[in-house]
Amino acid sequence: MAEGENKGLVLLDFWVSPFGQRCRIALAEKGVEYEYREENLRDKSPLLLKSNPVHKKIPVLIDHGRPVCESLNIVQYIDEKWPDRAPLLPADSYARAQARFWADLVDKKMYESGTKLWKLKGEAQEEAKKEFIEILKLLEGELGDKKYFGGDTFGLVDIALVPFTAWFYSYEACANLSAEKEAPKLVPWVKRCRERESVSKSLPDPLKVYEFVCFLKKVYGIE
Amino acid sequence: MAEEVKVFRSWGSPFSYRVELALRLKGVAYEYIEEDLSNKSTLLLEYNPVHKKVPVLLHHGKPIAESLLILEYIEETWQENPILPKDPRERAVARFWCRFLDDKVSEMFALWMSCWTEGETQQNFMEQAKECLHLLEEELKGKKFFGGDSIGMVDIAASSIAHWLGVLEEVAGISLLDEEKYPNLCKWTEEFLKSDAVMECLPKRANLLALFQTRKQAISSVK
Repeated sequence: MAEGENKGLVLLDFWVSPFGQRCRIALAEKGVEYEYREENLRDKSPLLLKSNPVHKKIPVLIDHGRPVCESLNIVQYIDEKWPDRAPLLPADSYARAQARFWADLVDKKMYESGTKLWKLKGEAQEEAKKEFIEILKLLEGELGDKKYFGGDTFGLVDIALVPFTAWFYSYEACANLSAEKEAPKLVPWVKRCRERESVSKSLPDPLKVYEFVCFLKKVYGIE
Repeated sequence: MAEEVKVFRSWGSPFSYRVELALRLKGVAYEYIEEDLSNKSTLLLEYNPVHKKVPVLLHHGKPIAESLLILEYIEETWQENPILPKDPRERAVARFWCRFLDDKVSEMFALWMSCWTEGETQQNFMEQAKECLHLLEEELKGKKFFGGDSIGMVDIAASSIAHWLGVLEEVAGISLLDEEKYPNLCKWTEEFLKSDAVMECLPKRANLLALFQTRKQAISSVK
C-alpha cells in the first residue's frame, strides 16, 4: 500500500505551528482518531509535496488518501464531515458569516504581525508592536464579556486564535509586549480555552515556543 | 416578499462584482449603493469599520464584509442555483481555490502588480503571475467551469481573470493570458462571458480601460 493512501486520517503538521494546532484542536473536539505526522520543514516529505503541490505547506489533512489544505479550510471540513457533534460553527447563517469574518481576520493579521515582533528591531519593531496591539484590542472588543467568541459555544474563532496565545511569552521576551496587559479581557478567555482538553493537549509549552523562536533568530542572524 | 438586500460597491471593483454576480445567479433582487473609494460614505465606514472596504452586503440591515465570506453567506441564504458542491471535500477544494484567487492574500497579487510595475520588478511579477495562471489552467482540465458544468464560487472568484485582466494587459502593454499556453483558461473565459448574469453587471470595458489608464498615467507622472 502506498504511503499515506487509504489510511483513515493523517495530519501532516509541525509541532509549533499555530495553524496545525487549529486542526488538532478541531479533531479533538470532534473526538476523531487520526495519525499525526511531524514534518521536517527543511526537508519536506514527498507526501507533503504531493498533497499540497500549490503551497507545499502544512497543515494538510489527508482523508483516505485525499488531501485538504489550509487550516481554516480543514477546520470547516472537519465540522462538515462530523456534523453530529461539537458544532464548531453556529447554526444561524449571519452568525456563521461573523465567525468566518473574525477567523479570517486572525488569519490575515496575527501571524504576520506576531512574526514581526521577534524578527524586527528598533523603530520597525515599535511599529509592529503598535500594529499588534491594535489587533489585540480589536479582538478584545469583539470578545467583550462573552464566554467564547461565538457566545456560549467554543468554535471557529476561538480555534483560530487560541494557538497564538502560546506565543505571548515569546512576544513579551522579544518585544517587551505583554498581550495580557494590552488586552486584559482576553486573559479569562485564554484560561477558559486552556481548560478544554482539546486545547491543553494541542498547544505547546510557551517556553518551548520561545526556545524555537530563539533558534529561528539565530538562523536568521537576529540578535 | 421583498427582502432588503443592499450591496455597497464600486463599479470598477472585481470584488464587489463577485457579490453582484452571485446574487444575480441566484435571482436575488438587490439595490446597490455606489461608493466613491476616495471619499467613502459614513454608512460604509459604519458597516465595515474593520476593513473600511467594499463590498459590503446588507441583509435585513445586518452587514457582512469580505467578498468571499459574502459569497458563502449568499450560498447559505439563497438555495437556488448552488455555487458550492454538497460534498465536504469538494467544498474544501473550492474554498482552497477561492482563497488562491483572493489576490489580497496570495501570489495572485502578481497578476495585478505585473501591470503597474516596470523593468526587473515587472519581469519578476510576470513570472509569478504565469505560475499562478498555470496552476489555474491545470485545475480547469476536463471541466467547463471550475465549478464543473455550471458557474460556481471559484468561477465567481475568478471573474477578474475573465474581464479585468485583459484590460490591465492592454494598459500595461503586456501579454499574460496567452491562448497557446493557457487554452483551458481562454476557453473558460469565453464560456463564462456567455452567461447572462455575468454580462448583466459587468463594468464596460471602455470604462475600465479609461479608469486604469488614468491610474497608470498618475503613477508614471510621479516619477
